[in-house]
Amino acid sequence: MTGISVIHYVLLSAALFSVGLFGALVKRNAISVLICIELMLNAVNINLVAFNRYVTPETFVGQLFSIFVITVAAAEVGVGLAIIIAIFRNRLSVNLDDFNWLKW
Amino acid sequence: MIEFAMHHAWLVPLLPAVAFVIIVFLTRPWPRLSSAVSIAFMLASFVTAALAAYGVFTDPHFKHHPLIYTVRWFGMQGLNIDVGIYLDPSSAMMIFMVSLVALLVQIYSTGYMKGDPGYSVFFSYLSLFAASMLGMVLSSNLLQMFVFWELVGLCSYLLIGFYSFKISAREAAKKAFITTRVADFGLLLGILAVQIIFGTLNFDELTQMAPNFENYTTAGMMTLIAVLLFIGPVGKSGQFPLHVWLPDAMEGPTPVSALIHAATMVVAGVYLVGRNMFLFAEVESALYLVAVTGAFTAFFAATIAVTQREIKRILAYSTVSQLGYMMLALGVGSLTASFFHLWTHAFFKALMFLAAGSVLHALHHKADVWEMGGLIKKMPITGWTFVIGGLAIAGIPPFAGFWSKDEILLAAYQSGHYFLFLLASITAFLTAFYMWRMIFLAFFGEEKPENHPHESPANMTVPLVVLAVLAAVGGLIGTPSTPLWQQWIYYGHPHHIEPNVIIMLSSIALAAAGIGLAYLLYVRDKEKTNAKDLARRFQPVYKLLYNKYYIDEMYQWFTRVVVDGSARITYLFDIYVVDGIVNGSAAITKGLGSVMRYFQTGKVQTYALVFYMAVLVITVVLAFTDASSSVLVMGGAE
Repeated sequence: MTGISVIHYVLLSAALFSVGLFGALVKRNAISVLICIELMLNAVNINLVAFNRYVTPETFVGQLFSIFVITVAAAEVGVGLAIIIAIFRNRLSVNLDDFNWLKW
Repeated sequence: MIEFAMHHAWLVPLLPAVAFVIIVFLTRPWPRLSSAVSIAFMLASFVTAALAAYGVFTDPHFKHHPLIYTVRWFGMQGLNIDVGIYLDPSSAMMIFMVSLVALLVQIYSTGYMKGDPGYSVFFSYLSLFAASMLGMVLSSNLLQMFVFWELVGLCSYLLIGFYSFKISAREAAKKAFITTRVADFGLLLGILAVQIIFGTLNFDELTQMAPNFENYTTAGMMTLIAVLLFIGPVGKSGQFPLHVWLPDAMEGPTPVSALIHAATMVVAGVYLVGRNMFLFAEVESALYLVAVTGAFTAFFAATIAVTQREIKRILAYSTVSQLGYMMLALGVGSLTASFFHLWTHAFFKALMFLAAGSVLHALHHKADVWEMGGLIKKMPITGWTFVIGGLAIAGIPPFAGFWSKDEILLAAYQSGHYFLFLLASITAFLTAFYMWRMIFLAFFGEEKPENHPHESPANMTVPLVVLAVLAAVGGLIGTPSTPLWQQWIYYGHPHHIEPNVIIMLSSIALAAAGIGLAYLLYVRDKEKTNAKDLARRFQPVYKLLYNKYYIDEMYQWFTRVVVDGSARITYLFDIYVVDGIVNGSAAITKGLGSVMRYFQTGKVQTYALVFYMAVLVITVVLAFTDASSSVLVMGGAE
């Protein structure tokens, strides 16, 4: 495992986070946006686990925390998909550009 | 029995108060019963007062050691207020006089108010008034006095406006209340100042402290306190320039005028100054102010009374004038003379008002003395009792007014204020003149065929007779040969009476001259041509006096121009500045909102982008400004 250090994990995580952020900001499809958000959360998980491995190897706070994130993310996806289905039934669309009722 | 009355003097004000409650809550639907309750309780109060007064005036110990009973009303650090009774010769004299006059007036009212729809209410008000007045007289501290002082003001308001269906009565009631309230504000300020400086309001403690007031405050402050305290009496006792309400107060039923606006309530101011003489006596200038106000008011009101036509109005100005006398006496330092005049005035003025009420009753409220005439033949009791009152107020010996007025003139002369003495002497002449002008016009001369007067019933004439007797002999307790009054009621040490024969003779001469002049003008001269001629010759003066020096008009002008003007200015300030700020801030918020709402695109992704950018900006800013954050972001700590 020589050659692979914390910097590689951080770079991977940053790349993953950026991809997720970009997708979340520009994708029109609501389900894609939801998937991109999952990407961002998992980028964070990588960070948590990597830092736990290199900074405090004797404990496993990071792993535990990432399990929490995964759990919450699963719940979040459940709620998010339910909302999207409800909106789709109402509007026959999953295009985020159509969901602008919150404007003035 | 006497012991009991003295130690339970609080019963004196309480009994009429109980009568008030009983009438209001129980007996109101039955007028005769209400008046019976009122009179019964008043009689009990009078008996208690008389016994207590007897007790005080038989034991010289009380001259310097008043009987004081107090209970704590409320207290906290630095502010302890008691309620209690303060029985000394002055207050004993007052409770006797007030309860006696109140009793007589209530008996008289059973005749005068007969058939009035507000009969029960009227008696309840009279009872409440008697309770308040007696409570004020017996007060042991300034705050308690102030509370009762306002209560008598309230009763005065209610009774002036008793005929509330008349617009003039309503207006007069408001005028009386507002004018006296303005004055009471000064009194309240004075009381506050006393509390702040001396830390107590109890008369007995203040009496001890006042002579050493340098330990507490400066002479200037002391003068200010005295002047502020004096403002209240100026309003309540109708002194210039706040006398305007008193003549208008005659809109009330005549028994009210007699009880409240002649005999008792209006002397509350005199009593208050007398009660606080220990404060006034310390400051020469405040006393001088009292004297000048009194002398001027006496003269000023007497000149107005000369030209008035309505019987009650003449009496009202006469009251103002006599109150001026009492103030003058206080101002020249003679509590004895002032309270002596208060005592005699209560009887002869109540008598004259009640007699005037009897006349009005007979003539169906025709008030102009020029339309009366020859009434004495048809109404002998009313007429002759009125004549006794007239002799008393004019100062003809041996009637009561002579002795007290002489005492005042003597005190003014001995104090060295010769100008004030002169003014008081001229007033004595004017008093005799206008009183007898009224008596000659109303009771003597030819009868007017259109009038059908008849003598009033016994319940009205009996009080008249009792008061007439008192007006005749009430002064005999203070003559130079029997100076009982002077031995009992004084401030400091007994008033040394050295009868001055010249003053005595001159005051008799002035009174006789006044009556004589009135006789010449209004009886000898059947057609009254000389009187009318005089009025025409001095037209401007006559008009000025007839219109009461246009004081009311001046006040109206002041209200219209200055008060309404400043109200107008504050109105505009409110509309344009205050409302401008409030509405302006709303308009700015609205305007900002109308611009800012375009930032709300409603697209979730835009919000997310802004959120992300903000996090970036915060991170960068923290990295360059905050040391600990910069380690976290840029790394390289350890």
